[in-house]
Amino acid sequence: MTPGTSTRPPESSRPSEPVAAATAAGAADAQEGGGVAVRVDGLVREFDRRRVLDGVRLDIRAGEFVALLGRSGCGKSTLLRVLSGLDREIEGEVLVPRRRAVAFQAPRLMPWKRVWRNVVLGLPGRPERVVAERALTEVGLDHRADAWPKTLSGGEAQRASLARALVRDPDLLLLDEPFGALDALTRITAQRLVAEVWRERGCAVLLVTHDVEEALLLADRVLVMADGRIAHETAVELPRPRDVGDPRWTALRAQLLGRLGVAEADGGADSHVDGDVDGGAGVRRTPDGRGADR
Amino acid sequence: MSGEQAAAAGRVPAGVPVGPGGAVALSRVVPVSGRRWTVPRWVRRAVGPVGLVVVWQVLSGGGVLPADLLASPVDIARTAGGLVADGTLPSAMGVSLQRVAVGLVSGAAVGIALALVSGLSRLGEDLVDATVQMLRSIPWVGVIPLFIIWLGIGEAPKIALIAVGVAFHLYLNVYAGIRGVDAQLVEAGTSLGLGRWGLIRHVVLPGALPGAMTGLRYALATAWLALVFGEQVNADDGLGFLMNQAREFFRTDVIVVCLVVYAMLGLLADFLVRTLERLLLQWRPTFTGQ
Repeated sequence: MTPGTSTRPPESSRPSEPVAAATAAGAADAQEGGGVAVRVDGLVREFDRRRVLDGVRLDIRAGEFVALLGRSGCGKSTLLRVLSGLDREIEGEVLVPRRRAVAFQAPRLMPWKRVWRNVVLGLPGRPERVVAERALTEVGLDHRADAWPKTLSGGEAQRASLARALVRDPDLLLLDEPFGALDALTRITAQRLVAEVWRERGCAVLLVTHDVEEALLLADRVLVMADGRIAHETAVELPRPRDVGDPRWTALRAQLLGRLGVAEADGGADSHVDGDVDGGAGVRRTPDGRGADR
Repeated sequence: MSGEQAAAAGRVPAGVPVGPGGAVALSRVVPVSGRRWTVPRWVRRAVGPVGLVVVWQVLSGGGVLPADLLASPVDIARTAGGLVADGTLPSAMGVSLQRVAVGLVSGAAVGIALALVSGLSRLGEDLVDATVQMLRSIPWVGVIPLFIIWLGIGEAPKIALIAVGVAFHLYLNVYAGIRGVDAQLVEAGTSLGLGRWGLIRHVVLPGALPGAMTGLRYALATAWLALVFGEQVNADDGLGFLMNQAREFFRTDVIVVCLVVYAMLGLLADFLVRTLERLLLQWRPTFTGQ
């Protein structure tokens, strides 16, 4: 485990713990909050004797923003479900904070509850509407508190889902590809919102995504999962807000794409700056027997 | 395009538009508001029934429908007025409505309770569902004689008949509704910290509501049907009795009045369910027609 230096912004409300504490025996109990938000060791999850998680080891510091990348089917969503407590047919040690919250890829709002009732759903006691409104204000959705979920746009529904997670005041926020279903413009807004919420709240975040750029824009540390293990990790020691034009950022992106087995090609519609790291990346292959225009 | 493909394109028969410059036929997108002359919905809904009555009156007036086979709407209205005036119809309706209400409530209680037991737990499903599915395939009209033997000829067999019909419909639909709840929402509820009872109350039951409403529609229809059967056997009051009596005296007008009353009550029941759906299912993002 690479002990990444503290990349927490100084305005964080929570003190950054020294990383060394994470490995100290006294911090083993995550519920004590002694600098560790997640501790996973030797985690195994099998589906019909197929090992989806095969001895995962993962530590997340309190307040750290970690992105988990991986190709589809690599087990990253399964890991998130284990951390959220939804999947408990596991072997190995998993320590997570008691207060944790999940935002899923689909907003999963109860269609029969108005937005504010969705937000306070599951809170202990009889929560006041004000509690929901406060969380909705945080995501800029307080004006839709009385709306039915069916009347929300995709971005609004996702923000409501985020408010529902935030109202629980989590020490660990689990985001399962929360921007995957959003259009490009809404996604940018939503990513900024998450960055802002994290900066103000200072909770640990685990963002599961398949978007390398998203991971590099938001996270302190990027993990790459493959074959049921964390195969690679990179600390992103770039100042925030991150600049996609920064050559260091571009280099990290190329490196991670390589790790994910995707060679960077030119002319991709989503490429901002294309540093040609891979020698052959700029060459379009036109094998014989196939038309040059296809 | 490669040279070869370009050459191939050149061999395309004339008339097929291949490149820029070919004129494209444009059609105007007509705005809905400009095209449609809107009639109020209640008027549109009334067109069918009113038209039917008008055709009927015309046929009766023209002698196509003899009065001893089917009385004309005007005659029927007169008969209905008489039955209302002497108190026969109101008292019969009161008795029948009470039977339907009691049967509906007791049948619904049993049906919904069983559906909850088998819908919410797998143990309950194993114990209840097979039994109910088996009993369901018995034609309930066929058990009328047994009900009379068991329960006598008073109110009990009639109410029991209605309750049985209602219970099965509600059981099936509520059970299907519960099992049709999106597992992703249940999972979301779990992740929000809802316990078993919280999940049932906030996720499963509201999710089963559309199914329950469908069940209620079927149940109401069945309740009227069961009422007719029940009241034509050994009854001395109620709408079914009135009809049975009219049959013996060849009073087609009275029979039709009773049928019209049934139809009106059915319409009223439908209106109640619609109102209930509008109140309880307003969250539902479903197709509502164009």
